Amino acid sequence: MNGVPGFVLRRAVGAAVTLLVISVIVYVVFYATPGNVAQITCGPRCSPEQVHQVARQLNLDDPLFVRYGHFLQGLVAGQDYSTGTSVQHCSAPCLGLSYQSDQQVTQLILTKLPVSLSLVAGAMVIWLVLGVGTGVLSAWRRGRLSERVLTGITLAGTATPVFVIGLVLMIVVCGELQLLPFPQYVALGDDPEQWAWNLLLPWLSLALIEAAAFARLTRASMLETLAEDHIRTFRAYGVGERSIVGRHALRGAFAPVIALNANNVGSAIGGAVLTETLFGLPGVGQELVHAVNVVDLPVVVGMVLVIGFFVVLANAVADVLYAVADRRVVLT
Amino acid sequence: MSEALLAVEAAATDTTVPAASGARQFWRRLRTQRAALVAAGVVALLVLVALAAPLLTALEGQDPTTYHPSLVDSARGGVPIGSLGGASADHWFGVEPQTGRDLFARLVHGARVSLGVALAATVVQVAIGTTVGVAAALGKRWVDQLLSRFTDVMVAMPLMIMSLALLAIVPPSFPRPVLVALVVGLIGWGNIARIVRAQTLTLKELDHVAAARLSGWGTWSIARRELLPGVAAPIITYAALLVPTNITVEAALSFLGVGVKPPTPSWGQMLTAADVWYQAAPQYLLLPAGALFITVLALTVLGDGVRTALDPRAASRLRIGTGRRRESKADAGGTA
Amino acid sequence: MSLVDVTDLRVDFGTLRAVDGLSFRLEEGAALALVGESGSGKSTVASALLGLHRGTGARVEGTVEVAGTDVQRASDEELRRLRGGRAAMVFQDPLSSLDPYYAIGDQIAEVYRVHARVSRRAARARAVEVLDRVGIPDAVRRSRSRPHEFSGGMRQRALIAMALACEPRLLIADEPTTALDVTVQAQVLDLLHTLREETGMGLLLVTHDVGVAAESVDEVLVMRHGRAVEHGPVTAVLGAPSEPYTRDLLAAVPRVDASRAPSEVSGEVVLRATGLRREFGRGKRAFTAVDDVSLTLHRGETLGVVGESGSGKTTLGRMLVGLLEPTAGRIEPGGGVRPDVQMVFQDPVSSLNPRRSVGESIADPLRARGERDEGRIRERVRELLERVGLEAAHHDRYPHEFSGGQRQRVGIARALAADPRVIVCDEPVSALDVTTQAQVVALLGELQRELGLALVFVAHDLAVVRQVSDRVAVMRRGRIVESGPADQVYEDPQDPYTRQLLAAVPALDPELAARRRAARRELAIA
Repeated sequence: MNGVPGFVLRRAVGAAVTLLVISVIVYVVFYATPGNVAQITCGPRCSPEQVHQVARQLNLDDPLFVRYGHFLQGLVAGQDYSTGTSVQHCSAPCLGLSYQSDQQVTQLILTKLPVSLSLVAGAMVIWLVLGVGTGVLSAWRRGRLSERVLTGITLAGTATPVFVIGLVLMIVVCGELQLLPFPQYVALGDDPEQWAWNLLLPWLSLALIEAAAFARLTRASMLETLAEDHIRTFRAYGVGERSIVGRHALRGAFAPVIALNANNVGSAIGGAVLTETLFGLPGVGQELVHAVNVVDLPVVVGMVLVIGFFVVLANAVADVLYAVADRRVVLT
Repeated sequence: MSEALLAVEAAATDTTVPAASGARQFWRRLRTQRAALVAAGVVALLVLVALAAPLLTALEGQDPTTYHPSLVDSARGGVPIGSLGGASADHWFGVEPQTGRDLFARLVHGARVSLGVALAATVVQVAIGTTVGVAAALGKRWVDQLLSRFTDVMVAMPLMIMSLALLAIVPPSFPRPVLVALVVGLIGWGNIARIVRAQTLTLKELDHVAAARLSGWGTWSIARRELLPGVAAPIITYAALLVPTNITVEAALSFLGVGVKPPTPSWGQMLTAADVWYQAAPQYLLLPAGALFITVLALTVLGDGVRTALDPRAASRLRIGTGRRRESKADAGGTA
Repeated sequence: MSLVDVTDLRVDFGTLRAVDGLSFRLEEGAALALVGESGSGKSTVASALLGLHRGTGARVEGTVEVAGTDVQRASDEELRRLRGGRAAMVFQDPLSSLDPYYAIGDQIAEVYRVHARVSRRAARARAVEVLDRVGIPDAVRRSRSRPHEFSGGMRQRALIAMALACEPRLLIADEPTTALDVTVQAQVLDLLHTLREETGMGLLLVTHDVGVAAESVDEVLVMRHGRAVEHGPVTAVLGAPSEPYTRDLLAAVPRVDASRAPSEVSGEVVLRATGLRREFGRGKRAFTAVDDVSLTLHRGETLGVVGESGSGKTTLGRMLVGLLEPTAGRIEPGGGVRPDVQMVFQDPVSSLNPRRSVGESIADPLRARGERDEGRIRERVRELLERVGLEAAHHDRYPHEFSGGQRQRVGIARALAADPRVIVCDEPVSALDVTTQAQVVALLGELQRELGLALVFVAHDLAVVRQVSDRVAVMRRGRIVESGPADQVYEDPQDPYTRQLLAAVPALDPELAARRRAARRELAIA
């Protein structure tokens, strides 16, 4: 198949393969040491017999690939778990049961996902608008004082970790000035206005550092385009600066911005973990930190895979957008 | 330096033009950038402080781990006694709430951990990335396919998330700072492998490499003489920008309580509880936050400077026009 | 009033003076060529005519008047009206001179709307009209294509169409055909000629190629180091130059019609290639770069391989030296020993490792052969440096300290260090100015006579190939379409493609050029 539909199909297959490889790596890395898993799962105070019992319950005596096979089967077709007294059915896509709470990991993630999606999606709007806007402005005002000021602010922005900005914002805005209450998550469906107000600070904390990245990128790629030969052509034909910057240079920044946005999904989820922990938002990130602290392996593995899924998806979508926008890209 | 921005830098790292510069030219170009020089000074100072941490704390007469319960008011939840968070001639920057540990000592020892972990992680990333990148570029088709796909997967995994998850399964007995450096290093090499592969592929096509082959040199000699020196410039550039990112990641992990754990001090970890105490002991928040900010900023500015010095094209981007560029292009053609 | 009036123009880039007191005029409808080697300042003059140095940090002095506008004093607004409206410019590289992201018709329409108050639709119609005018077939559909979907020649036509859109009185063409193959170059030059006849616009042509100037203009101004060396009617300057520099320049230009003294060719075969074939890619994207090429090379002779871009000549050269494995076919040394084939590369910049001294680079083959005695290595490198016309003192210098011609000499010395019997020269002089070109070609000839070398000279320039070759092979789409003794191929070409190539070569004599143009028209019609 050729053309855009064929490309989308090939890209989807590629993404699926990547995800499969990620799942293998993650599974092997986290479950490769059977003794440990049982001990870790059971907790430090377990007796050797208890550890042994846990190991049996988790089928840890089976070879690793058999267990991975079960895991995959659960993902595709669902699985039944025996919890000692009763049997629990975990329907596809099943990521297993939490060691700590016997809860289904898929359910757990699904309840936490809206919070994280709200956080990342809102922040994405802010970083795109703010970042690209700042970048365009500083490319437009290049060589002048306003550009230097913008560049300075942007540089400072890239050097401020999410949790530092978040801490400062929270203390200043909520603590000292009392402009906003300390954020508490309100579901979008319950009260859209409260949803936005409560997420405003988390959005800003997460978005500012990414916006700085976008500003730098947009400025750099616009300046690079402005130095290209075809810009000289349009200058030599009397085309005005506004059209040169706003039409031709901005178009050159389009592809890199799409690519960065895809890359950003990964790092933004990392940032979301920090933001959620800092502001006490009950999202996937906070749950992940909790699971890591109590060593709840199925939850950790499930979360890593779900996050990996979003990152791979974002990259695939970016590739397709990129190819549609710039048909010079050889569709392979 | 955000993780995402690094990807941009990776993409922007010029792999088409081999920097025709020796060390002397590099220093000359670096010297002309005032901001980079100031940043280099700040970084040098930070390194000095980190190296001399035991000496500095000895001078103060304190150490980073001793509790001073007498210096905190246990009735008020452990607020440091005295104004300015308990700052005094004995405790220059005051003491930590609740424990009464000396803040100055924890801050300078924290610099050791932050810089040490970040540098070690960078070394691991560069070592793995360079090996994988060169092997992919010079290896057979299937080797390249395999390594490139693997690199793609590594790039797709978010560094923060993977480090966070990996730190969960390692027994607590393993020394934490070493562990953090290893984990960050083992996960974050994807972009550097891509850069090295692309640069090696570009260089491989250059005529001087073909000439070396015709001279009769073997693959290893060619890699050593003709390729590695050319790959060095982008590696250094990118590594300079990796260090601040690694500092941020270490701080973030420690902030979340999964990185460097007490009693070892770390800036990120100091910030974990800082928001609760900001009114009683503002320096408990401001000192580590400020230290992080200044360190990351200085390293980023220095990294930018290094890039400009190694990649003349980055510098020329600032000169926009028509005549100059064209004429200098014509000049490059040369007359005999 | 003249169309262009330049008086005492000086342009400085920092400490470098690119143009130094240049004055000239161009009347309405006339055509002038600025001819010069690289660094002569000719392109800088072209940019100055449209005020393109404004805001770049270059210092421009003197007066420049174009179509009634004082470019130096004009406001930005006046300058914008001049640019594209009354004077339009066509640039060298047609691919990079167009925005890759927009359709060609839209780009032309955008430029047109800057100067004419018309609707989008009308501007678009105008774009199609001018594209049709410059000979783009199916202009309505092709106007929706983007630059990468056009061939090089078509792109240059599109740029000329953009220039025509506002019916300018002056067309400035800066090396308009340098990036094009010779047959395409002839088409573009013919197009410029026709348009000038039809519209009566003036032409200022900037070129390094004396032949291109002879084809296209009435007057020539020869530039060197930012100054005018000689200025006059094209027949006078090129027919009877009065300045020594112009004479040297003309003498250095290789002639496609000049026969060459034959080399001392022995019957000894040094290299034989049979049925060479090379494919790239696989599956649907596979394509054959070289297809069933056989050749024999004798001691002391030069085989010229000539072809346009994509003809497979470089691939063939790389197979002969062993840098590429043939997909099929054999390469055998004449005497049954290792063929000892070396190569001289095209690009004097990338063919030397910038981080190693030239002495080290030249010593490579010696060291690789196992020579360990540093004294002997140094002595041999000194000998080689002097042999190619450099100094022993150059041993420890780095490539960037040399000019293009000198670097090419270093490349030759490195090839010689391996004591080869055959040297494949892949476009060895195409990156060099014509005077330097002549020197390097002469050096190769001397070395060949002295050492009995066999040379394979791969090039796109038919004149250079004739200048050096005993035998010539003409390549097209991976195959040799014609081969034989140089005189026979050039004087009495059998293959239609060879004839087409030869007809496209610009002639130095303006009258001959006019006759050739007529002949090309007939060929095109036939």
